[in-house]
Amino acid sequence: MAALPSNGNGTEQGDGNGNGASSPPGAVAPMVDLQELCHWYGEGEMRRQVLQRVDLRIHPGEVVLLTGPSGCGKTTLLTLVGGLRQVQQGRVTVMGKALEGSSRRRRQQLRRHIGMIFQGHNLLRCLTAEQNVQMGSDLLPGLSYRARRDQAREWLRAVGLGDHLGKLPHDLSGGQKQRVAIARALAAHPKLLLADEPTAALDSRSGREVVDLLKRLAREQSCAVLMVTHDPRILDVADRLVEMEDGRLRVAPPLLATS
Amino acid sequence: MSELPAVGLLWRSRKIPLAWLLLTRQPVRLAVALAGISFAGILMFMQLGFRDGLFDASVTIHKLFDADLVLISPRTISSISMSGFPRRRLVQALGDPEVKGITPVNWNFLLWRNPQNKSTRSILAIGFEPNDPLFLDPSLKAKAQLLTQRDRVLFDELSRDEFGPVATWFREGRTVESEVGGKRVRVAGLVGLGPSFGADGNLITSRETFLRLLPDTPAGSIELGLIRLSPGADPAVVQQRLRNQLPKDVTVFTKKEFEESEKDYWRSSTAIGFIFTLGAGMGFVVGCVIVYQILYSDVSDHLPEYATLMAMGYPLTALLGVVGREGLLLAMLGYLPAYGVGQGLYALVRSATKLPVEMNSTRALVVFSMILVMCMGSAAMAMRRLADADPAEIF
Repeated sequence: MAALPSNGNGTEQGDGNGNGASSPPGAVAPMVDLQELCHWYGEGEMRRQVLQRVDLRIHPGEVVLLTGPSGCGKTTLLTLVGGLRQVQQGRVTVMGKALEGSSRRRRQQLRRHIGMIFQGHNLLRCLTAEQNVQMGSDLLPGLSYRARRDQAREWLRAVGLGDHLGKLPHDLSGGQKQRVAIARALAAHPKLLLADEPTAALDSRSGREVVDLLKRLAREQSCAVLMVTHDPRILDVADRLVEMEDGRLRVAPPLLATS
Repeated sequence: MSELPAVGLLWRSRKIPLAWLLLTRQPVRLAVALAGISFAGILMFMQLGFRDGLFDASVTIHKLFDADLVLISPRTISSISMSGFPRRRLVQALGDPEVKGITPVNWNFLLWRNPQNKSTRSILAIGFEPNDPLFLDPSLKAKAQLLTQRDRVLFDELSRDEFGPVATWFREGRTVESEVGGKRVRVAGLVGLGPSFGADGNLITSRETFLRLLPDTPAGSIELGLIRLSPGADPAVVQQRLRNQLPKDVTVFTKKEFEESEKDYWRSSTAIGFIFTLGAGMGFVVGCVIVYQILYSDVSDHLPEYATLMAMGYPLTALLGVVGREGLLLAMLGYLPAYGVGQGLYALVRSATKLPVEMNSTRALVVFSMILVMCMGSAAMAMRRLADADPAEIF
């Protein structure tokens, strides 16, 4: 895997905002910092709180798994961290950038540095595997078409799909599609990877493979991961396990001790 | 397509041609879309072609005259009712140093009796001095000498069949005689002029015969005065000079204006222009609906994918650009077959109706613009659907 495109953007994120100055060695600034985060859905009588004073920090390179019964607010948390929803109350700081009160455009800019992997693969049906991954590397500034395409190919080889470059999504198996999605997410050189039940549509073996791959590649890119999952078979990949219930976090006993 | 190979920066910043792939990876839908757009384009080509062709047909004869300037009576509003004016006005025009020659022309409708079944029908009769130049086509010159004999006419072989098998009989060597305006005339030869809007058939005769057929014509009165200028003279300048010199009982037109005034009459005084423009408008609307349907369902089908792209960090403008480029591609791909089929149908119409329906660059451009507006407008409408692409909903 030495040929992997390196995470070349260095420490360009972090422009102040109080808590995000570029990390001095030793004192590591968190990749994600949630403070007293609350969120509601609905209006008036129907208003229902889904997140209640959530505090969570994720450090660079850390793999955090978020579990809990469905409807407990895991996905809402993920969309707030990913800049896909407007923050209602509390503080959300991602890569040193405060998201509360941020504009649509700023959140969109931030999303370029966040890789996302969805429950379904959400690949573009009209694009080949290679082209799908290139939609990720196309987001990188200042690279020629050829360089972006070569990177896309490298990523597909890294996820073990070097022989399937020209295949359309419907010619790939579920596990292969999810691996393309991982390659696509990593191709934009993210510092943070958000994954929402990436194994939900997969059988246990390919689920396991996908998660191991995800963890290995994220580690190589020193990319933090926040993964929502129900799947008890993959909990062991976590550096830290966080449980959620009724909109509150319950820190579970650490599996692989890190703090 | 913005992804066409281009130089330098454009090549470097090249991206996956998403619009192109979205269209081409669904060939059936693309074919339906292109068929719809082409159909709309063909409809517009046909309607506008018919309209212009019919207007052009109203000046079939006008175009043939050998003239730079034309005198007509101010009371003349169209070729189907030409008023007379004093012939000496034309002679006066000869006083201008740049005027090289003149031809007085009589122009009126007469009843022609079909020599076969004896029914009568209105025919356009043109009378002139057989020694004067009349038409640009030099082949008339020799035949004109046949008219120096009294009661001889040249019959237009392109006249509609209702006038009788005159041309056929004449070619068979038979002596063709008929009755015009109650007087007996003999066909001395054939000419090819073509029917126009106002006249189903034409005949040419000498001024002397013309006056015998229409004895009520006031002496010294003509309906049309042709003026030829010396080479290099500017018709507009001479026109202005003649306007100043001549009394107000004549109108001085350039040949072009003469044709335009006739077309204007048909344009403004009849429903033809409206009907065919409306037809072209219908094509436009049909095309709009088809393209909108295609693009709207295309956006709807790919909504989760568009939302994914937004989640990845693509701005909304990038997605609007994709839909816009789809519209542009559809316009260009749909126009080409419309243009080709349009050409073919014009040829078909020409051979079937003798109408001068031809492709011209203005109409080609007008139809392309309409297709472009149709596709881009529909794309803009379909873009509103993109507002429903909420990346937060796809988790």
